[in-house]
Amino acid sequence: MVIIKSQNVSFAYGQNIVLKDVNFELSAADYLCIVGGNGSGKSTLLKGLLNLKKPLEGEIVFSGGLDRADIGYIPQQNVIQKTFPASVYEIVSSGRLNKMGLRPFYNRKDKKIIDKNLQILGIEQLKRKSFSELSGGQQQKVLLARALCSTGKLLILDEPDNSLDPSATESLYEVLKTINGAGIAIIIVSHNVENALSNARKVLHLENKQVFFGDVEDYLKTDIARSFIKGGQND
Amino acid sequence: MIELLVEMFSYDFLVRAVIVGFLVSICASLLGVSLVLKRYSMIGDGLSHVGFGSLAIASAFNLAPLAVSIPVVVLSAFLLLRVSENSKIKGDASIALMSTSAMAIGVIVISMTKGLTIDVCNYLFGSILAMTISDVYLSAVLSVLIVIAYIVFYNKIFAVTFDENFSRAVGLGAQRYNTLIAVLTAVTISLGMRMMGALLISSLIIFPALTSMRICKTFKSVIISSVLISSVCFFIGVIISYLYATPTGASIVGANIIMFLIFCLADVLSRREK
Repeated sequence: MVIIKSQNVSFAYGQNIVLKDVNFELSAADYLCIVGGNGSGKSTLLKGLLNLKKPLEGEIVFSGGLDRADIGYIPQQNVIQKTFPASVYEIVSSGRLNKMGLRPFYNRKDKKIIDKNLQILGIEQLKRKSFSELSGGQQQKVLLARALCSTGKLLILDEPDNSLDPSATESLYEVLKTINGAGIAIIIVSHNVENALSNARKVLHLENKQVFFGDVEDYLKTDIARSFIKGGQND
Repeated sequence: MIELLVEMFSYDFLVRAVIVGFLVSICASLLGVSLVLKRYSMIGDGLSHVGFGSLAIASAFNLAPLAVSIPVVVLSAFLLLRVSENSKIKGDASIALMSTSAMAIGVIVISMTKGLTIDVCNYLFGSILAMTISDVYLSAVLSVLIVIAYIVFYNKIFAVTFDENFSRAVGLGAQRYNTLIAVLTAVTISLGMRMMGALLISSLIIFPALTSMRICKTFKSVIISSVLISSVCFFIGVIISYLYATPTGASIVGANIIMFLIFCLADVLSRREK
């Protein structure tokens, strides 16, 4: 079942076209990795998917019962959050807000879902801790738990492994695999190409336009992939 | 001490001022947490200068001060948010532009009509005598409404303060809550500036939040402690002002400064123990 379809989508900042002719489909429970160099339009595409930026041309269609309130999102961390006074529980809970409409407070069902997601990520023991006192890997898990609270269908991650050490990165990808196994589709943008590719099923390679879209296996056989991955290693 | 309080509260004007001041302190401390965390502290300062301009105009034309200043300040809050989002003049510059312009217009209007009298001084530094009975009723009702709105939208305000991008992406309508915060702030400032003065009202917004954040590490505890700190400092300030005939607004800020330093010290000491 297709849940997202992108048709000839282009994005521009002012007169400057940063990404054009993107065509891809995402099915329920898919695992898509978006790769490309710096400034290749990856983050812009995510903004388009999240409806934070309107496409210049083309359209992104949600179908199969996917709704805005079904998307879980993990933004790149901003500076403010690093010192923000908030407990883990407060942050994870806020993921439920988009399902609550005008209801002001969390009810029993919300709390159940919050607890379940804390459990999935193995951070129950941290729930009274302050976010600012956690390690980078723990913070990322908190944001992941929040995203899970707001979705049952699709998780979008923008460079979640940017500031993580190798073991935290590995445990992050483990968790993503579990989440994906539970039937939640994943779209991930990452600089950590090898890690991301070895976990994803599909890949979308962007260089200001669509260079490749398809299965990871097929992608790895192409020259584009070989030169890109090699280039990445030389960084 | 009790005798002193009984004596103080035998004056009707003081009772009125204390009720309004207490409510406004609570509103300011609630909103202050979000403003400080979102790096919007200067908006409070900018709006209070706009409040000064509108009070000056109201007094020149003999209009009810709050009836003029509340809508004008709310409108400016809207403008500031919109402008800082999508224009060539960036956030802090647009605030400086707006606040100095309002200040200048206010001073011109006053000097042309009444001359620079004691009024101006009251607007700038506040006066506890400035409250009329109708002001008190209006202020009390509005403050209670602000507190209720804050409680009802507490969880959403938290989400938007912590992570605006996430809130927008999952369709929470971050813009709506930013506007809500700005409007509530604008009303709070209009209410509080009669007592605190245009130059000092923003301290009521930022001090309690900053002080709490020295020690408290969760959002709810920061909010609760801000409200407590703000109320305590308000009462200390009023009592000092009564005893030593110091300006009320400045005395309240003085209490806040001392409280801030105490919390800083406590923070340093607790770190050292670890």
